[in-house]
Amino acid sequence: MIPSTLPRRAGAGFKPEHFADILAAPQPIGFFEVHAENYMGAGGPPHAQLGKLREDHAISIHGVGLSIGSMQPLDRDHLARLKALCDRYQPESFSEHLAWATHDSVFLNDLLPLPYTGETLARVADHIDEVQSALGRQMLLENPATYLLFTESTIEETAFLAEIVRRTGCGLLLDVNNVFVAATNHNLDPDAYVARFPLEAVREIHLSGHSETVDDLGAPLLIDSHDTPVKDPVWALYQTVLRRIGPVASLIEWDNDVPAWPVLRKEVVSAQRMLDDAARQRAA
Amino acid sequence: MSEITQNAFAAGLFGASLPPDGLVAWNEAVPQRRYDVYRNNVTASLTGALASRFPAAESIVGADFFRAMAADFIKDHPPHSPVLLAYGDDFPDFAAAFEPARPLAYLPDVMRLEVARGRAYHAANARPLDPAALAAVDPARLGSLVLLPHPALSILSSPHPMVTIWAMNAGERPLGPIDPWQGEHALIVRPRLAVEVIPMPPAGARFFRHLAAGANLAQAAAALDDNGFDFTEALAILLRSGAFTTFKEDVP
Repeated sequence: MIPSTLPRRAGAGFKPEHFADILAAPQPIGFFEVHAENYMGAGGPPHAQLGKLREDHAISIHGVGLSIGSMQPLDRDHLARLKALCDRYQPESFSEHLAWATHDSVFLNDLLPLPYTGETLARVADHIDEVQSALGRQMLLENPATYLLFTESTIEETAFLAEIVRRTGCGLLLDVNNVFVAATNHNLDPDAYVARFPLEAVREIHLSGHSETVDDLGAPLLIDSHDTPVKDPVWALYQTVLRRIGPVASLIEWDNDVPAWPVLRKEVVSAQRMLDDAARQRAA
Repeated sequence: MSEITQNAFAAGLFGASLPPDGLVAWNEAVPQRRYDVYRNNVTASLTGALASRFPAAESIVGADFFRAMAADFIKDHPPHSPVLLAYGDDFPDFAAAFEPARPLAYLPDVMRLEVARGRAYHAANARPLDPAALAAVDPARLGSLVLLPHPALSILSSPHPMVTIWAMNAGERPLGPIDPWQGEHALIVRPRLAVEVIPMPPAGARFFRHLAAGANLAQAAAALDDNGFDFTEALAILLRSGAFTTFKEDVP
């Protein structure tokens, strides 16, 4: 099984509108991440761009459509497409979500939540085994941003993830914004969540922006919207994580209202500075 | 998660009723607005996928109209693959039957042009026909050649000025009066990385449609009965457009 080997640096989610700017000047970018499903056409500009990026940079392929948290079997055709993509580009990492997106044959195009029970744990572990053996590589599983809870849940999310790691040998993608969003939405302390998280399995971190609204009773409800700069409390939580585990590959995600490249790049530079600080603290 | 819970969760996503049983929040028993976040994400993200494939259509009808038409389409025609690159291929047909869009008779054909452009964008790469190879063929045998279409090729014909309307709403040319208001035809090609829309006279569209269907050059040339578009011009476009990749001799 090929392990996940992203450099312990800051990276950016790749957007085609930034391609010319990225090529125009050498970029201090540790890696680029792409959404797998956008590169499943036969040819054309998407593959031309990804091929070029791959020549100069480490690459992370991030799936959004495999529906690992679904109760129904994985889509074998989709798994074969993911394998073809990974075989072609040999990314440093492949990651997916603790969520489901397909029901019957309908693809819902959102990361939907699942209850945490013995039954779902076994199902998710089976699916991850299947993915890892099909791809021949370790995958990273990302913690979700959630807006509600299930009465049937019996296991805490952090314990659920720890047990998945123990059973499957997968790594984790710690989305710090998702931690902040979900903790706020469930009236929990994000630092306590991080303290319980199986940090030793984290191979990548995601950072992004969120928007703010309220629930039916006026309590804060944060939405994982990926349409703004990273918010201050999320940067603070990120630094807490880095103090605990040292530098780790860290991605800025900005998927909606995508800004000009220099704006996104500035976010990446901010993350890189925090990574450099963390490395210095480790050395001291 | 019991299968039942997932069924109920999914079933409610396209509706407007109360959230399914079994969902809670730390502070409330019926988390309506929280469930609505997922509902909204599903429709908004699929609407976004359609808007990125049909920017000219969105520009023609406006964002609010487009969103309403997309919401109806999504409910009746949700995607059946996590790969959304081809999602909405049947959106033009839906628009043709969508009552509020009925006054815009040209809209479905403009959308078909956008479908063809999207398909061309993601089509397999292939090297366009080499003019030198064709020039090397004995002219006496030219008529018996059958050409292989490039994977990106589409040939479209409309009773409306589909190409002009598309170009004006895709920022390809300035908005202005369309005169004469007449049917238009086009080849959609992608010889290398850039998708191109090549306007065609009616005879040209017929010529290329015959070729793409496997007719040989002589048979296709028989379709060129219009004034002002002859075989030489058809051949020139054939070579310049990258609409075909290679040829073979049609041996009867």
